[in-house]
Amino acid sequence: MTEFRMPSLGADMQEGMLVEWLVKPGDRVRRRDAIAVVETDKAAIEIEVYEDGVIETLLVEPGQRVAVGAVMAVIARESKSKSMAPEKATRESVPRAAEPEEAAREKTPPSIPDTGTQRIKASPYARKLAADRSVDLSTIEGTGPKGTINAADVEKGAAAVPSRPTEKVSSTPTKEKGHAASPQEAPAAGPNAEKPAAEDSQTAMRRAIAAAMARSKREIPHYYLQMRLDMSRTLHWLESENLKRPIKNRILPVVPLIKAVSLALRDVPELNGYWIEDRHQISEAINIGFVISLRQGGIIAPALLNTDEMCLDELMEALRDLIVRTRSGGLRSSEMTAATITVTNLGDLGVETVYGVIYPPQLALIGFGKTMEQPWAENGMLGVRPILTATLSADHRATDGHRGGQFLDALNRYLQEPVNL
Amino acid sequence: MNEDETKQVIFKILKRIAPESDPSALGSDENIRKTLDIDSFDALNFFIHIDEELGVTVPEADYGKLNTLSEIIRYLSCRKG
Repeated sequence: MTEFRMPSLGADMQEGMLVEWLVKPGDRVRRRDAIAVVETDKAAIEIEVYEDGVIETLLVEPGQRVAVGAVMAVIARESKSKSMAPEKATRESVPRAAEPEEAAREKTPPSIPDTGTQRIKASPYARKLAADRSVDLSTIEGTGPKGTINAADVEKGAAAVPSRPTEKVSSTPTKEKGHAASPQEAPAAGPNAEKPAAEDSQTAMRRAIAAAMARSKREIPHYYLQMRLDMSRTLHWLESENLKRPIKNRILPVVPLIKAVSLALRDVPELNGYWIEDRHQISEAINIGFVISLRQGGIIAPALLNTDEMCLDELMEALRDLIVRTRSGGLRSSEMTAATITVTNLGDLGVETVYGVIYPPQLALIGFGKTMEQPWAENGMLGVRPILTATLSADHRATDGHRGGQFLDALNRYLQEPVNL
Repeated sequence: MNEDETKQVIFKILKRIAPESDPSALGSDENIRKTLDIDSFDALNFFIHIDEELGVTVPEADYGKLNTLSEIIRYLSCRKG
């Protein structure tokens, strides 16, 4: 028997609110299956299990706030027949075990709301809006990717008479998760009791970021290095590559940057990993945490896994998928915890140089500014080139400037030979 | 499709990208990316939607020329069928 606890989904997480269970007692789960959706201060995240088993008891009700480390469910281990292959965290998408659910549905105890197999996909911002305006998300039709409900859908739903008014009469209006169609609605201990409704999610987001960044500046002795990179070769190559592609498959300039960072980390692995309990822990897997800003404010840096092994097309696809899910509320817990280094790209805004703050317990952060045409001297000739300033913020406990310099040098080298990316 | 209809399609696409915004309030010479805070990922999505809905494939080299409503509408009016 295993106790399933609220995982820590990052240095800045203290607690999470259970939005919904994706399983019920009796369900068989496999390692890396998502079993619950938890709303953190930053986003709605799908929480995965670490081993195979059968769900025995669910101890937490949707709507409840749960501290990191608190027991949420009890999972019975299966007989040791199956070998638990210690596969390395790869990016295969594990299909959710959905088949056996239908049959067992009837026996669902009333305390667990039947959220159905098609759980409601909604962006965190949409969830918040829906809660604020007392809109039941189940009555809203999503127009986002894969039917995800976005803020505009909620606004539309709040303004107009819902298209399916029959469903609307049910359940507590402010409830933001599934439609508890059962008449025996869970009484007083409803979701809104625990949730400080007045608490602005922005405030929570800021507090979460504040905790992580304050810890970083308190504990990590940062050193900073910067290098100006001539991007002409990479950009010319990318332009000709993109001409060969339909518009849907075009690769953004940040993709070769992420790939070059990943390859440079193979050469200088000391920057990739963690500083935990006074020890330098180098990670073999290269998982890039990519900073994604949210439209409603704040940032999340979920991980792109094993980026050094991906070709640029795969990496673009993975990035697209990650951004879409970050903004629509479909991140998985492993993506929140797997990053071994962070990359932030502020070039879109015209920023020239990033002085990054490391996300603890990681060892380094790479910042990219805007690529700008600049005078550039090479071989005694003065010309105009697209120049990008890359910066490295690194933990001085783990590495020294010499090693950091070797990393930037390797990064530059890879960007001068884009064909090999 | 006349200019006004093209504009409506553009508004619809922008609304999808920036749901909390009101694209119809954009000034015709306002920088859309800056006003609506659209990053390069969403800018690419904008051009993908333009391709899907209006059948105009904007080459990468032209991205930089298309910053305002009036620029985009002028660009599209010479190219779409």
